[in-house]
Amino acid sequence: MSDYNFAYLDEQTKRMIRRAILKGLAVPGYQVPFASREMPMPYGWGTGGVQVSAATLTPEDRLKVIDQGADDTTNAVSIRKFFERTAGVATTEMTQDATVIQTRHRIPEAELTEDQILVYQVPIPEPLRFLEPRETETRKMHSLQEYGLMHVKLYEDISQHGAISTAYAYPVRVAERYVMDPSPIPKFDNPKMEMAAIQLFGAGREQRIYAVPPYTRVVSLDFEDYPFEATKADHACDLCGAEDSYLDEVIMDDAGTRMFVCSDTDYCRSRREAAA
Amino acid sequence: MDGSNLYAGGFRDAPVDAAHAFRAAMTAMARPGDIRRIAGAAPPAPLSVAAGTLLLTLCDPETRVHLGGAADNDAVRQWLSFHTGAPLCDAGEADFALGSWADLMPLSRYRIGTPEYPDRSATLIVECETLENVGAELSGPGIRDTARLSLPDAGALQGNAMLYPLGCDFFFTCGDRVAALPRSTTIRAEG
Repeated sequence: MSDYNFAYLDEQTKRMIRRAILKGLAVPGYQVPFASREMPMPYGWGTGGVQVSAATLTPEDRLKVIDQGADDTTNAVSIRKFFERTAGVATTEMTQDATVIQTRHRIPEAELTEDQILVYQVPIPEPLRFLEPRETETRKMHSLQEYGLMHVKLYEDISQHGAISTAYAYPVRVAERYVMDPSPIPKFDNPKMEMAAIQLFGAGREQRIYAVPPYTRVVSLDFEDYPFEATKADHACDLCGAEDSYLDEVIMDDAGTRMFVCSDTDYCRSRREAAA
Repeated sequence: MDGSNLYAGGFRDAPVDAAHAFRAAMTAMARPGDIRRIAGAAPPAPLSVAAGTLLLTLCDPETRVHLGGAADNDAVRQWLSFHTGAPLCDAGEADFALGSWADLMPLSRYRIGTPEYPDRSATLIVECETLENVGAELSGPGIRDTARLSLPDAGALQGNAMLYPLGCDFFFTCGDRVAALPRSTTIRAEG
């Protein structure tokens, strides 16, 4: 523990990240550039989220880390251990016990409270990037609220597939101003983004931080005749029976037997324990 | 203040004190109108504990700081330089500005960001005589329904909010308490 500064990063780096977080909160959904550092893990493994968490954690915090909803996957386990070692913080797998939750690609099923902070790992923060590769242009598009291209993309979904087929990283409009990438969460999670907790987003490789304050309006883009739908597999969890949670489809054998289970491992476990 | 305590009044345990202070500042900025405790620094007069702690938490050689009015004295300048290394500047170049409302005005002096980079704007740390949940009605991001906060000049701050997504952001400090007002907040004057 004494071999590292608290929470790994040096103080000047943390101040730089903290200033970016404050500006991000002041302009919800706007991507603030920051001088992302090299972290002792590869890009794509949550270096942005880790830096935001490091700048946010206090010694009294209780940290939960999830990867696709699960506490026990490689990414989640190694980030949790990283902060146990470098920040000495307590960790938990229980959503309601956590004060800071770092997540890759899910929002927990349990409703978050005012005392919690949700930190997202973001691979591509720019929602317009696959439509317009030039950063100079996407900046201009955001400044002019020129979001027609995004609606054309959703419209092309409809004309090709009969429905909006975008299933994850579904674009949202934040506080009636910026179109934002909610990170690759399933669109099932989009409605949960109007929450009581503070939401912070960190993209390490792309060097961007953005934020959504509590109770901020977050609207998934759609059309009057093709309204947004928060979809999930039409099934109940085969372990806990939940019909309201987002499900992973697991292939069980070579014959193609499949099983649907909650992606949120803590939600599934607590439901099974309550039933037992 | 004598020369010997220019070096005093910093954080006792910088990483931990700064982490606590930032949590208070971030929570205040995320929940406009919320008044939080923030402490750790013991700055020279006339700076409040809250204002001094914000400076130590957010400023370093990469941020330009403007001191307004009474806050612009030798003791404060030396203390700030020693503890943060932040260069001092005029209002128009400031990343952070500190002083009483009257000393910091007019608002039009400060950077409000650019359409492509609205984050390149000043953050004002405003020392207040009182800080209470009374007065102007606030709504917008971070506020469930409405909140109230004693603002120094609701009219000028409404003008700042009209610039959204450009504009300045504010911390209001009083003793060891802090509240914040980002540019995204809609303000309705009392009455």
